[in-house]
Amino acid sequence: MAHGPATLADGWKAYISRWVFTTNHKDIGTLYLWFSFAMFILGGAFAMIIRAELFQPGMQLIKPEFFNQMTTMHGLVMVFGAIMPAFVGLANWMIPLMIGAPDMALPRMNNLSFWILPFAFAILTSTLFMEGGGPNFGWTFYAPLSTTYAPDSVNYFIFAIHIMGASSIMGSINIIATVMNMRAPGMTYMKMPLFVWTWVITAFLLVAVMPVLAGAVTMMLMDINFGTSFFNAAGGGDPVLFQHVFWFFGHPEVYIIILPAFGVVSQIIPTFSRKPLFGYSSMVYATAAIAFLSFIVWAHHMFTVGMPIAGELYFMYATMLIAVPTGVKVFNWITTMYKGALTFETPMLFSIAFVILFTFGGFTGLMLSIAAADMQYHDTYFVVAHFHYVMVAGAVFSGTAAIYYWLPKWCGKMYNETMGQVQFWIAFIGFNIAFMPQHFLGLAGMPRRYADYGLQFADWNMVSSVGAFIYGGAQIMLLFNVIMTIRKGKPVSEEKVWEGAEGLEWTVATPAPYHTFEKPPEVK
Amino acid sequence: MLKRAKALFLSLLSLVVSLPAMGAAVAESSTRQLNMPQGVTEVSQAAYDIHMVMVWVCTVIGVGVFGFMFYVMYAHRKSRGAVAENFHENLVVELLWTIVPAIILIVMAVPATTALLKVYDTDNPDLEIKITGYQWKWQYEYLGEGVKFMSELNTSLDEVYGREPKGEHYLREVTEPLVLPVGKKVRFLVTGNDVIHSWWVPDFGVKRDAIPGLFTAGWAKTDEPGIYVGECTELCGLGHAFMPVVVEVKEEAEYNEWLAGKKAEAAEYAATIGKQWTDEELMVRGEEVYERSCAACHQSNGEGIPGVFPALKDSPIALGPMEGHIAILIDGVAGSSMQSFADQLSEVDIAAVVHYERNAWGNDVGDVTQPIDVLNYKQSK
Repeated sequence: MAHGPATLADGWKAYISRWVFTTNHKDIGTLYLWFSFAMFILGGAFAMIIRAELFQPGMQLIKPEFFNQMTTMHGLVMVFGAIMPAFVGLANWMIPLMIGAPDMALPRMNNLSFWILPFAFAILTSTLFMEGGGPNFGWTFYAPLSTTYAPDSVNYFIFAIHIMGASSIMGSINIIATVMNMRAPGMTYMKMPLFVWTWVITAFLLVAVMPVLAGAVTMMLMDINFGTSFFNAAGGGDPVLFQHVFWFFGHPEVYIIILPAFGVVSQIIPTFSRKPLFGYSSMVYATAAIAFLSFIVWAHHMFTVGMPIAGELYFMYATMLIAVPTGVKVFNWITTMYKGALTFETPMLFSIAFVILFTFGGFTGLMLSIAAADMQYHDTYFVVAHFHYVMVAGAVFSGTAAIYYWLPKWCGKMYNETMGQVQFWIAFIGFNIAFMPQHFLGLAGMPRRYADYGLQFADWNMVSSVGAFIYGGAQIMLLFNVIMTIRKGKPVSEEKVWEGAEGLEWTVATPAPYHTFEKPPEVK
Repeated sequence: MLKRAKALFLSLLSLVVSLPAMGAAVAESSTRQLNMPQGVTEVSQAAYDIHMVMVWVCTVIGVGVFGFMFYVMYAHRKSRGAVAENFHENLVVELLWTIVPAIILIVMAVPATTALLKVYDTDNPDLEIKITGYQWKWQYEYLGEGVKFMSELNTSLDEVYGREPKGEHYLREVTEPLVLPVGKKVRFLVTGNDVIHSWWVPDFGVKRDAIPGLFTAGWAKTDEPGIYVGECTELCGLGHAFMPVVVEVKEEAEYNEWLAGKKAEAAEYAATIGKQWTDEELMVRGEEVYERSCAACHQSNGEGIPGVFPALKDSPIALGPMEGHIAILIDGVAGSSMQSFADQLSEVDIAAVVHYERNAWGNDVGDVTQPIDVLNYKQSK
């Protein structure tokens, strides 16, 4: 029996119950998206504090101790709180719609996997108010700085990581189960939209590596509280072991972040090119290849720890290989546009910027893979610039594109196109002013995670901070545009919001009804 | 619409153009440096060369790919009347753009391997230096020469916190630089005492992590005397940005003179251990040592940071028996960030700082800690 969702008209109690107890994939998707945006603002605020302090040489606003907490929390909140949940939110909303399923396969687990997240981040953020401060050892939390030398709050950090991991694993199992069991008749694997494909592969990555992260933090917990010496050299342990374990999780993790972004862009570019995605099957194979390679390249983050040269060479070669499938993807996107009929609405602008800036980040990634040169790049702002090009211009731009692209379908109202395009240009320009100079800073010798720096780095740091503030402002504009759309946007009623859009999600009514595909559609 | 496209095109183009510009603008002045330094050793030169190869390869590919993309964005716009075609695969093209990049990578792997072999060529050194990272300073030990000293930041906290104008060498100056002779192959053996640090001198192309319980090796040989500045590049706690590396490369004769001077200094120092120091002498020296080695955690006012670093003011240890106080400095506190200072500070410095802590900020134990007390404690163990 279908019934509509409780609204505010049914009273506060019913309305809150709806969200807390919901098992509806659209509600849960919405919860994920709002939560991730809140975390995005929080992580962004940390970044603003960092850039404000680095505006000039010298310590002006905060102490180095707090600065380290800010860099750590910025990384953790952005990776685990903003980007990952944002894509899980998109998966919840879109995967059932794209494969013609009525809901996710495991709706109650879906509810649980979302609702433990706010607790994890409440715990993590509360450490900032504890005696001794929050985690101050970087988002990579290398032992022994994160064990023997950590503030007491590290135990809360470990607990929070465990909860986030559990949430991710449950979310992934749900996605795998949904895609394997609930595709509409005729929706074969090789007919699934690329966003679904990238998410299935991502889900397998998550299931594989989240337990490794859990293992790493559990070993930390043991070292700190129960006298073991996994990472303590004085007790016969090895600090480098931590890095191997961490990066065995950490490298797949960065692909976990970027693969769904690939999927989003692979939906949007064909729509606004009015032409099918070029090389669909090679896109699927390239995604799988990238996922496989992500497991065998982890130690390229550790070129300076003194590995034997054979290991160093192996990790260099393997890492260089990643350029091949990644290149295939970029070529496919551009060829999709070739001989299309292009228009440049906001989602398309963000997607094109994604392709360009992500490719740029890919180039610097290729440079970083060369071990001899990495001896100079490693742990400098060059690396910071590199991963912000792939994480921000990659994942965040594609997430923003996704919001503009699907928002009309979600709420039945059109966003303000002018404001969207203005927001794009502010974000695009601000982003490049913030992060392009960081390449120069890194090459000139400024290490990352520095609370203070010599006078020779002053100019570019100031430029970078200005860019960061502009980019931060653009996010407030995004929030404003989304809220204005929901409240006052121009109603849309066509099922196909965009002229060139293809796929099952565009066959349901606009706005998407609370329950869709109760009878599975037939896919030819 | 066209105007917008042009702006898009220009701003994106400027991104692509900026990469080769990085190569072209190797500024002499370090203040406006945009590119990796060429440095003064074979290793740094090798890193620079392979870096530039990569910059150019990426630039050429980037110009090609983005150029085509901008052409498409211009030519195949719906507003110009473009009608979409419907093709969506082409096996030949797809194979081509898989195989060609793979071949380019294989070709690039050759110089990349050669360069890496150079980094690892640490055999047959003329001189070996053991480098130990401490929170937040470096210790240099000339193996086989009996010379060992700490090198710490020499910029005052007043400059850091803006109470004084920043000097020209802000955060690039140390109490005592590492001194090396020209034309000699020097092997660095790098390790850490507490957390992981990383010893980096860009002009040498040497960046090696300083990991407790492990040695990593790097090497340098240069013919150019001069002062080379580097950094710690692995997050190591709150003083991470405040432990620069400074290396002074001297002509061989000057180097030998310097080395002889260091040895004489060590001998002279041995004689002062037995001397009786006065309260005043100890307080002056103790404050110096405290500001340099202790204040980062325990703070200049002795109040520490609640919950992380205990206060020394009114602390039971500072007010308790002298031996217990010395023991903390010599042995450290296991499982905490209070490390052992036995190898970092001389007996005189330990005595001075203990005396200072017991008699500053309102602490008034009144006893006088002598270097000999410290030496006795060390020997009693």
